[in-house]
Amino acid sequence: MSETPIFDEMWGRDAELRPPYRRFQNWFEGEDIARLRAKQREAEEVFRLTGITFNVYGRAEAEERLIPFDIIPRIISGREWQRLSRGIEQRVRAINAFLYDIYHRQEIVKAGRIPEQAISRNDAFLPQMIGVEPPGGIYTHIVGIDLVRTGDDQFYVLEDNARTPSGVSYMLENRETMLQMFPELFSQNRVQPVQSYPADLRRSLASCAPNGSDAPTVAVLTPGIYNSAYFEHAFLADQMGVELVEGHDLRVVDGKVAMRTTQGYQPIDVLYRRVDDDFLDPLNFNPDSALGIPGIMDVYRAGRITIANAPGTGIADDKAIYSYMPEIVEFYTGEKALLENVPTWRCSEPDALAYVLDHLSELVVKEVHGSGGYGMLIGPAATRKDLAEFRKKLMARPGNYIAQPTLSLSTVPIFTRNGLAPRHVDLRPFVLVGPNGINITPGGLTRVALKKGSLVVNSSQGGGTKDTWVLED
Amino acid sequence: MLGKTANGLFWMYRHLERAENISRLVETGQRIALTRLESSDGEWLSIMQTAGVADGYLSRHDEVTKEAAIDWMLRSKDNPSSVLSAISAARQNARLVRTALTHDVWEAMNRCYMQVRERLARKVNERDLPAVIDMIKQHTALVRGTTQGTMLRNDIFNFARIGTYLERADNIARILDVKYYVLLPSVNSVGSSIDNVQWETILRSVSARGGYRMVHGNQACSVDIARFLILDRRMPRSLKFSISKIRDNLDYLASDYGLRHPCHAQVDTLVRRFMSHDIDSIFEYGLHEYLQDILAALAALGHQIEIDYRFYE
Repeated sequence: MSETPIFDEMWGRDAELRPPYRRFQNWFEGEDIARLRAKQREAEEVFRLTGITFNVYGRAEAEERLIPFDIIPRIISGREWQRLSRGIEQRVRAINAFLYDIYHRQEIVKAGRIPEQAISRNDAFLPQMIGVEPPGGIYTHIVGIDLVRTGDDQFYVLEDNARTPSGVSYMLENRETMLQMFPELFSQNRVQPVQSYPADLRRSLASCAPNGSDAPTVAVLTPGIYNSAYFEHAFLADQMGVELVEGHDLRVVDGKVAMRTTQGYQPIDVLYRRVDDDFLDPLNFNPDSALGIPGIMDVYRAGRITIANAPGTGIADDKAIYSYMPEIVEFYTGEKALLENVPTWRCSEPDALAYVLDHLSELVVKEVHGSGGYGMLIGPAATRKDLAEFRKKLMARPGNYIAQPTLSLSTVPIFTRNGLAPRHVDLRPFVLVGPNGINITPGGLTRVALKKGSLVVNSSQGGGTKDTWVLED
Repeated sequence: MLGKTANGLFWMYRHLERAENISRLVETGQRIALTRLESSDGEWLSIMQTAGVADGYLSRHDEVTKEAAIDWMLRSKDNPSSVLSAISAARQNARLVRTALTHDVWEAMNRCYMQVRERLARKVNERDLPAVIDMIKQHTALVRGTTQGTMLRNDIFNFARIGTYLERADNIARILDVKYYVLLPSVNSVGSSIDNVQWETILRSVSARGGYRMVHGNQACSVDIARFLILDRRMPRSLKFSISKIRDNLDYLASDYGLRHPCHAQVDTLVRRFMSHDIDSIFEYGLHEYLQDILAALAALGHQIEIDYRFYE
């Protein structure tokens, strides 16, 4: 790696306080560490009591865990945010156009910008969606774009979550907790609010309803209370004031998807589903699924329900497709991508594979369909044995992997027993897409690797979260 | 409202009520054990019978001991009606219906679960028992209080109440049935010390000693006790009170939804058949038979409500 020091969002590279953190630093200097320690514990108590937990798969007992919350806000200036949000909007438009195209005429393949196999041989491509017209022409109603930062003006997109991005409840609860614990900070700083997200989400979903429904019924579909994100599903349904349904609450009645209420079946117009494609419709996808609604795809194809996000959107956030994003953005918007991709080697290509095998100890290698930080290799942190084992896997199924350079991710301060200490972070802003436009909530979810030096921010692997501020400049 | 949500509310409040009733029975058992000189292990079997958990206990234990009985009723995971199991089930249902609960109710329920789980993580020794039972009663009361104080009076509330009162009616009917023989008016044993202990057990196990004294004075008598616990409309744990609450809440649902179901006819029949006679006619009919009939009718009513309001597919 290079010798340049890591970029810290509070102190830059050369220990000079960056402007967005000025007021915060003033406040912090006047604070007593012992009081802040008590506040940190208080925050954990609030989270536990509110039940803001996630479930860990494969553990029967002690199944609910807290995601650690750090009380130090991450602060982004309004100017920085404006630039970012322009890039995000461009990218999200391109993703939608791409999805429409590959499920219709596949112009981008015909133009030779993406190899045909990258689509047709991709597990995330759903042939059942070919020719389907989703209501309003929208595929990805809710998107979470994962960003990392390496310098003052240098942001990269790490991943486009176009299926069912999670974490927005933490964004909201983190802010709520900060408002309760440190009201004075919000008097001293002008922080752009995030609280309207649930209302925005409901409005955006309703605006995507099939034609002819003027007061559309919206519902959230969850796999159930054992799902890792159940808290979030219940939270969003509650905040939007809509029903939280499971597959067995639903059935097709008179050509509409309807939910079983105490007064009979009531039709649904928009289903915000938090289940995977495979578990949507046992008749059309996975016959073994107990979670789906038999026949929902037929209702969908008939244009009588909106499914958000649309089935088959996974093709757009697949890691193999990711590597083509610069071409995709350019192809559909006619502009150069404002947000950069991390340079990516597709191991399916022989030259790339050869390079990756030669430089394995410097690279991050990821499974094409993996998520949650599982099944990946972080070269610089790996032992010789890890490397040898991974090399075998890589050679056996090269098409299953992509590789990227190890970025020197920015750090932000977290609160430790000895005061502030820098840790690596990423950022997931949340984007709503409707026929009336794109809405990006200022900020998003900051995930932080709590272990010193660690680059893995996933909550399933010891990551935490913090409140993310976008300042009004 | 989703049928599933109605189901979750119904069971959340049934389990909550059950946890409270069981802890009250443990308290009663302990009280009797402490105030009697002879061995009271046999009384613990009777206490477990009133709680409806004796069969499960006997299938896993060779003998009845106070320590094992208390443990079985308070914290055994093998006993689906232990306080710990019931609170866990209530909280699991609360998670399921979280969107139907106010923030206050959810927090009270979650706090109740966290505290009870912590206190019941290890065996409770005798010295700590009163404090543990107090804690359980306080936390369940807090859930009930936030429910009363913060929830809209709509169908959500009605299903919660129906669950509460079906469990309560079932509980009192079972307690009376296990002890029915001590309530039978018989010349021989009136006023005997055995009966006094038994009567006190009954009154204590439904927190009715104070109420009974207000109404009937210090002189306990089996007929008065039976009348008080079955037919008194002021006593919040009497059969009549509980059943009329079930009927009221079903009636609110009917007028809210503009639709009457078979369960409405059933609850009307229940009131007419069992609540419109005096205590002498009940004894004449046979107290045991009467209570058995009520238990069966309550079970049938619960089942009909599940069907009428589409709790399941």
